[in-house]
Amino acid sequence: MRGVARARIAVIAGAVALLELLTRAGVIDRLTMIPPSAMAAHLRIMLLQGELDAPMAETFTNISIAFVLSVLIGIAGGLVIHARRRIRRLVDPLLASYYAVPFFVFYPLLITIFGLNRWPLIFIGFGFGAAAMVIATLNGLDRVPHVLRKVARVHGLGRAEEVWRVTLPAAAPHLAAGLKLALAYAFIGVIAGEFILSGTGLGHAIAYAYDSFDNPTMYALMLLVVMLAIGLNVAIHLFEEHLVRRRWRT
Amino acid sequence: MADLRARLSGVSKVFGDGADAVHALGPVDLDLEAGEFIAVVGPSGCGKTTLLETIAGLTSPSGGHVTFEGAPVAGRVPRGIGVVFQEDASFPWLNVWDNIAFGLRREAIEAAEIRARVDYAISFMGLSAFARAYPAQLSGGMRQRVCIARTLVMRPRLILLDEPFGALDQQTRLLMGDELLRLWRETGATVFLITHAIDEAVMLADRVGVMSARPGRFIELIETGWPASRSSANVADAAFGRLTGHVWSRLRAEAMKALGRDSDIQAGA
Repeated sequence: MRGVARARIAVIAGAVALLELLTRAGVIDRLTMIPPSAMAAHLRIMLLQGELDAPMAETFTNISIAFVLSVLIGIAGGLVIHARRRIRRLVDPLLASYYAVPFFVFYPLLITIFGLNRWPLIFIGFGFGAAAMVIATLNGLDRVPHVLRKVARVHGLGRAEEVWRVTLPAAAPHLAAGLKLALAYAFIGVIAGEFILSGTGLGHAIAYAYDSFDNPTMYALMLLVVMLAIGLNVAIHLFEEHLVRRRWRT
Repeated sequence: MADLRARLSGVSKVFGDGADAVHALGPVDLDLEAGEFIAVVGPSGCGKTTLLETIAGLTSPSGGHVTFEGAPVAGRVPRGIGVVFQEDASFPWLNVWDNIAFGLRREAIEAAEIRARVDYAISFMGLSAFARAYPAQLSGGMRQRVCIARTLVMRPRLILLDEPFGALDQQTRLLMGDELLRLWRETGATVFLITHAIDEAVMLADRVGVMSARPGRFIELIETGWPASRSSANVADAAFGRLTGHVWSRLRAEAMKALGRDSDIQAGA
């Protein structure tokens, strides 16, 4: 695996180096894209000057709230749906097709409901993430061996304690996969929402730089968003790996 | 062995209703005496597991009733009953030590007492070198020992085992049988063992219950007459062969019924 990881990093580094070369040599003109090193340098300056403090705080607060709500409500929803067969039969086809729902079109309605504040954007991120979390929870619960529930009953665990001490830990690898998706969807939902619809946050800052032909700022912000998304995903991936390794190591 | 640990009176179980109803078990009458070791054999699908789960309180009977130490078993597993299942029931996210301590941590028991009980059970089951290992690092037999140890630390007065060695090879099963006998002698608990292996039942038990094809009933309860100090060495005893042959003679026709070969029985095959 270490070899594979090294090769993966080499591919990414090679792509970045190629981009650097093509932009420096003028094959890709500066109006289209600036060199990655220039993006990083500009991002460093913006970070040091504190220009990004407010939009970053805004965006990450929104993403964090959307993510936490997605996870908590997604897991709770998954548990309820799993326990009620009729509800399961009713919502299964809806969950399978939730990817097709264009949540962004609900933005005007969400403004009417929540007002012109952070909550419409949070709801968009939450809408994407919660459905993914419900599906991951159902997948995990479907795969919990029935015998573990019997063990819980033999030890006198009540329903809530069984869920907390047996069912959720048994389903944890699938929940971790759900966490990854919920984070990705919260990220996409919030930043895309800010980009298209909002007047604040990193997404809006990218859109503003784009409209102002401010390439260095736009690419620096794009680099920041990509690095943060990758960093958070790697953190969850490592957590998932830790769970899997502990359960299946030989 | 005069004290009564559990009593089954006219216990039956029917799954489903109307035309789809399946009469799985009974009626069954059985007394489990304190400190005895009883093994139950029967054809596939005769309701052995249903019987065990009914005694445990994991399944409610359709008819009759079960009592444990005089109190009715209804809807929940009474304190004092431990169950070991056929499937691997170890928790993959906990190491061996934590798996075994699982039930104790819910009780109002001091940490030192938990540590003492778990350490003793780990040593008793020969798992000392694997206390910090996870189930995935253990063989099937070792995982089953973890599950037995998890039951043992709760100090049950009635231990129900549902084909706990079913997935193990013959040699390991014999050795696990010795460990089970050692555990039985040491704890003084009543042991109720479901098994599909006639030799295992005869080797281990004071009494062997032979069940009919579905709906399962006891067609004979056979006293083995083994001393409490028995071990797997008794497979070399002449009585072992005689008892095994007798159990099979009672079971053969039922096993053929379960396979849908009633015509072979009538033809004397």
